[in-house]
Amino acid sequence: MKQLFVRAALAAALVLPLAAQAHKMWIVPSSTVVSSDDALVTFDAAVSNDLYYPDHFPAQLDNLVITAPDGSQVKPENPWTGKVRSAFDLPVPQKGTYRIALVNQGLFANYELDGQKKRWRGKADELKSGIPANAKNVQVSEMASRVETFVTQGKPGGDALKPTGKGLELVPVTQPNDLVTGEKATFQLLLDGKPAAGLKVTAIPGATRYRNAQDEQDTQTDKDGRFSFTFKDPGMYWVNANSEDNKTTVKEAKQRRVAYTATLEVLPQ
Amino acid sequence: MRRLLPLALCFLAAPVAAADMNLTVEIPTLKVAEYHRPYVAVWIEREDHSVAANLAVWYDVKKASGEGTKWLKDMRQWWRRTGRDQSMPIDGVSGATRPAGQHQLHFTDGKAPLGTLAPGHYELIVEAARETGGHETQRIAFDWPVKVPAHLAAKGTDELGQITLDLNP
Repeated sequence: MKQLFVRAALAAALVLPLAAQAHKMWIVPSSTVVSSDDALVTFDAAVSNDLYYPDHFPAQLDNLVITAPDGSQVKPENPWTGKVRSAFDLPVPQKGTYRIALVNQGLFANYELDGQKKRWRGKADELKSGIPANAKNVQVSEMASRVETFVTQGKPGGDALKPTGKGLELVPVTQPNDLVTGEKATFQLLLDGKPAAGLKVTAIPGATRYRNAQDEQDTQTDKDGRFSFTFKDPGMYWVNANSEDNKTTVKEAKQRRVAYTATLEVLPQ
Repeated sequence: MRRLLPLALCFLAAPVAAADMNLTVEIPTLKVAEYHRPYVAVWIEREDHSVAANLAVWYDVKKASGEGTKWLKDMRQWWRRTGRDQSMPIDGVSGATRPAGQHQLHFTDGKAPLGTLAPGHYELIVEAARETGGHETQRIAFDWPVKVPAHLAAKGTDELGQITLDLNP
């Protein structure tokens, strides 16, 4: 038991710093606030070290979910995935707020095969075929992540930000496309539709390439899952929160990791 | 001259009527490689930043299929406070962009677009945003109603020049 605990702590120690330094996944729009119904917004999506410079791996667009202000799902135009980034266009004819999200749900497993450590990543229904029958020490984790951004044509509003009740989600108190420097912006984080209390939330301004420090701001959600930031400088911000629990949907998985990331634009006064 | 006379008489008659505002907005001449006329918005805010009156919005009204509205959001303060609630064009408020120079605007208490301001402390705001250019906002604070004629001014530095606001009781 003690050994198990030590092992778990070790694993956590190995994973956590990595997680903290890990590549960041993001989706960044060319505009967040538009004023005509024939406006078009284009997006980049990638996994990278620097914000928002694609330098590592493209985000996969298979799980792109775009919700229009009327609550309907819309398809992107010209989706493309290159070596280091993905891109797509989105006309925004409806007045209100659009939610553009990469919603990933899957399993990852560590196991040993003939004394060698192996890793596997995939979907729940692929688990049986993905891991050899003679694998040992199979440890399966479930993960649910949402990486998203918002675009508003005209006045913010509509149904796109209604929570789905799955994983970590952001609910606006301040509209995500109504952020200006020096004004407090407040949001609520929900985990499976319920307030996510006591979670650390990090905000990192973009353009990390042009400064020496990450300049991250941290805060914590209160008992209602609410958190606030006052952004000093205008620009794009990467806002991220993570949590772990054992509320898995797949019986083979003992642990679940949930993550939430938003790209928010803050305009100057 | 014959034409001017009735006009002059109108002006003479004006002081009898309600309080008014005379605003001059200067758009400076800029020596830049690519010049576009600025989009300009003029409005009045209450102390809580709510909008008491939309006075002027100059934008590219001529472009086909309302394409000029695409850049309205660049007047970002105006857009956030009131622009995004409007449907363009706004009757008696919006109009074409203006060239460099002094532009006179006249508003009368009780008449659109000024309407009737409740007694209080206000700010007149002029915001300019120029394609491939800069952005500037100037504010002039005033109290309403005015008891004695007041001459107020602000001076822009880049996209706006001299702004004067004359208030008459």
